Amino acid sequence: MVIIVASIGSICPLKIKLIIRLILILQHVPMGGYMSKRKDFVVRFAGEGGQGVVTASEALARIASEVGYYSLTFATFPSQIMGGPTYTQARISTSPVLSPGDSLNVLVALNEEAYETHKEELAEGGIVLYDSSFTPSGNEKAIGMPFDDLAKEAGDARTANMVMMGALASLVEMPEKYLKDFIEKRFLSRGQEIVDANFRAIDLGIEKASESKFNLGELDEPNSPDYKQVMMKGNDAIALGAIRAGLNFYVGYPISPATTILLYMERNLFGDGRFVYQASSEIESINAIIGGGYAGKKSMTATAGPGFSLMSEGLGLAWMAEIPLVVVDVQRGGPATGLPTKTEQSDLFASINPAHGDVSLPVIAPGTVEECFTAGVMALNWAERYQGPVILLTEMAIAERVQNIKKPDLDNINVENRIVYEGNNGYQRYDGYELSPMPIPGKPGSYVANGSEHDSVGDTTHLPSRHVQMTERRFGKLDLLRNEDFEEEHGDSSIIVMPWGGSKGPVMEAYNKLRESGMDIGWHYTMYLNPLPEDLLNKLRSKDLVIVPELNYQGQFSSLLRSHGVKAKSITQYTGLPFKVGKLVSSITDIINESNKVVIK
Amino acid sequence: MSAKNPEYDFKWCPGCGDFGVRRAVEFALSDRLKETEEIIENTVVVAGIGCSGNLVHLLEGPQPFGIHGIHGRSLPIAFGVKMANPDLNVLTVAGDGDFLSIGMEHIAPQATRNLDICSVVMDNGVYGLTKGQSSPTTEYGVKTSSTPYGKVESSIDPLKYYLTIGATFIASGYSSKPRDLAKLIQAGMEHAGFAVIHVQSPCTTYNDTYEILKGNAKKGIAPTIYDIPEEYDRTDRLAAEDLLNSSGIPLGIIYEDTSRPSFTAENNRVKEIVKIRDISDLLSDYDF
Repeated sequence: MVIIVASIGSICPLKIKLIIRLILILQHVPMGGYMSKRKDFVVRFAGEGGQGVVTASEALARIASEVGYYSLTFATFPSQIMGGPTYTQARISTSPVLSPGDSLNVLVALNEEAYETHKEELAEGGIVLYDSSFTPSGNEKAIGMPFDDLAKEAGDARTANMVMMGALASLVEMPEKYLKDFIEKRFLSRGQEIVDANFRAIDLGIEKASESKFNLGELDEPNSPDYKQVMMKGNDAIALGAIRAGLNFYVGYPISPATTILLYMERNLFGDGRFVYQASSEIESINAIIGGGYAGKKSMTATAGPGFSLMSEGLGLAWMAEIPLVVVDVQRGGPATGLPTKTEQSDLFASINPAHGDVSLPVIAPGTVEECFTAGVMALNWAERYQGPVILLTEMAIAERVQNIKKPDLDNINVENRIVYEGNNGYQRYDGYELSPMPIPGKPGSYVANGSEHDSVGDTTHLPSRHVQMTERRFGKLDLLRNEDFEEEHGDSSIIVMPWGGSKGPVMEAYNKLRESGMDIGWHYTMYLNPLPEDLLNKLRSKDLVIVPELNYQGQFSSLLRSHGVKAKSITQYTGLPFKVGKLVSSITDIINESNKVVIK
Repeated sequence: MSAKNPEYDFKWCPGCGDFGVRRAVEFALSDRLKETEEIIENTVVVAGIGCSGNLVHLLEGPQPFGIHGIHGRSLPIAFGVKMANPDLNVLTVAGDGDFLSIGMEHIAPQATRNLDICSVVMDNGVYGLTKGQSSPTTEYGVKTSSTPYGKVESSIDPLKYYLTIGATFIASGYSSKPRDLAKLIQAGMEHAGFAVIHVQSPCTTYNDTYEILKGNAKKGIAPTIYDIPEEYDRTDRLAAEDLLNSSGIPLGIIYEDTSRPSFTAENNRVKEIVKIRDISDLLSDYDF
């Protein structure tokens, strides 16, 4: 919050100052304060790759979710298997979690470097839980514990994570029963000995932490939702959504952070008429799913940055020859190899225009794990509906995020299927300006699916009138996709905040804070980025300002909106990390302030 | 389709070997229709880019399905088509530039998988459609538009390459013998595995090799092509190596290995050992 005051302190009008003061008050209400119990807490596990920091945050999230809390994890890794600085974060709350959390209530530091790197992000009153192999240099509240020795004392060297869990539970006065129920459920099948060792590890963790007398304030009772939940990663949700929509053909190539989708399919996409395979390259993947889509399958691949670049030419062919398929692009940072294990939202331009020539590919970008499932369904539906390639644009931060979400109702999903040609031979597959039924090889209706400009039967032609007709036909089909859902809140406001993709959560949290502080701003959001829902575009065009926080340098989505006649401005960040709510609050305030000045002129 | 289609504006040069390859493909498909219960629409012809790829538009008679895709990518597209529906008869047609230069990376994977498709390679030793640049099969020292001082790379030997990477059916044909070539293509389509039919298909405009191939007695030029003797054992890999190490271009089936299961068979084997789980079962993994 210091940043806000420093950046606009002396120049901003009184109104803004008041708002900021309100925000400051809101932010500084102790969450586990004197009157009320703590509503959420944020724990970061920092160490080296291979030390189990991913397992630790996922275990914490799982324990908390099982007793009815809401949880969300965030992970960022080095691009290597062993070693290298790694951290993960878990946020546990009594209400649904929107972002990983700005500052840390507990930093679990497994080595000195981890402590030095992350200590600045401790919240006021935050506690360091550190491995006793080093001594922290600062004067924070700190508890040293020999995690590995305690695990051995518990009877199993693998229980170090449970020592941490015990200590964490103690700091927020979470009943140890929650942890022990979890362990019984998880480990009983592996024998009572394992269970007992884990129990002892938890007891040791609790004992050590309570010796310190530090306390973060009691975590309030969980507030279980009344619906059934599941806990999963974004990439798994995409895979399941696609399978629910009838995916039966998947060819992929390993690349971070998309590999988990390939692995999921390799384990599970079996059954009648289904095919899954690891190809020899992304070029082979895209061309294979072109063949699959052409031959009647619901086809998909998943990739990231460099692999997506290799697929450009294939995507152009699929657009040109009108072949349904889905490419999942799990965005990572930067061009070329870039930042393979960091998050960014910088492939939007590339998704819409991956290929040379006139193309505009449909793009669906989910913003939460729950939306990943829906996006998996809808990407396949779109591909079949308009007969062409669809990009499902997700990002590292959601791909690896573990979150408890409402269990998708599998029976209540609209699955769309291709309109198949069922006539005789002599069919003109590409006749006219509108979508036409698609023949399937093996049955009458043969034609040539052609990447060269073609006539109505698919033969190559260079006639100017044909190129006009076919270009308009291809773009015209996008009209079938302009009527999807979007979110609207306080739509009467002339200033709108509109994030996209994985920035949705932190931006919504910032938006809520600003609304609570009295700022008159509205909210719009959709995961259907291209084409945008027509009704939404019309609403956006009437606004004085549409603020788009996004994780890229160029402000890609706001640029797209401006090309549609929307007065959009970006808040950009390109650190390889997700937005922090506090910084968004100040940036949104800044941009509104600046915009008002422009209006006054 | 071209004869009936005034919009289609592509033509091969007079004397192009690809005319003969087209006839051979037509013969092979029509013989296949006579001998099997299949309809023509059960065949998919996946074409590369170049003069050769236009074969898919120029086929006369009953029309198979076709894809005229991307330069160098006929094999991965064919891989997708075949695995989407293993009952389809999938044929690829591409030139030496398409198949052996930009598409080289895709040959070995199909061979190691033993993907049951048939690939017809039309080798004219030059890039024709871009007007006469050197290709992987252009001989060392030859002057082309892109090697004005003579090619400084050695040429590759496609037949030896196919044998090395494990193609299970390798044949060598000549465009001026379309009936013989048709038999090779038909055998390749019937083969349960990856079949490559490598065809000498001269370019009369940029690399006219007719005389080198069939010889000219008047000029005292000996032919380089010859029919493989009947007693040759095409299942003997060492014999195939010997054959390819001797001079000249043998015509016929060079190698055939029917012992390896096809990719389709391997996939069916895996499918049988996998427990199939429906979507609600899969989703239940995430219950808590």
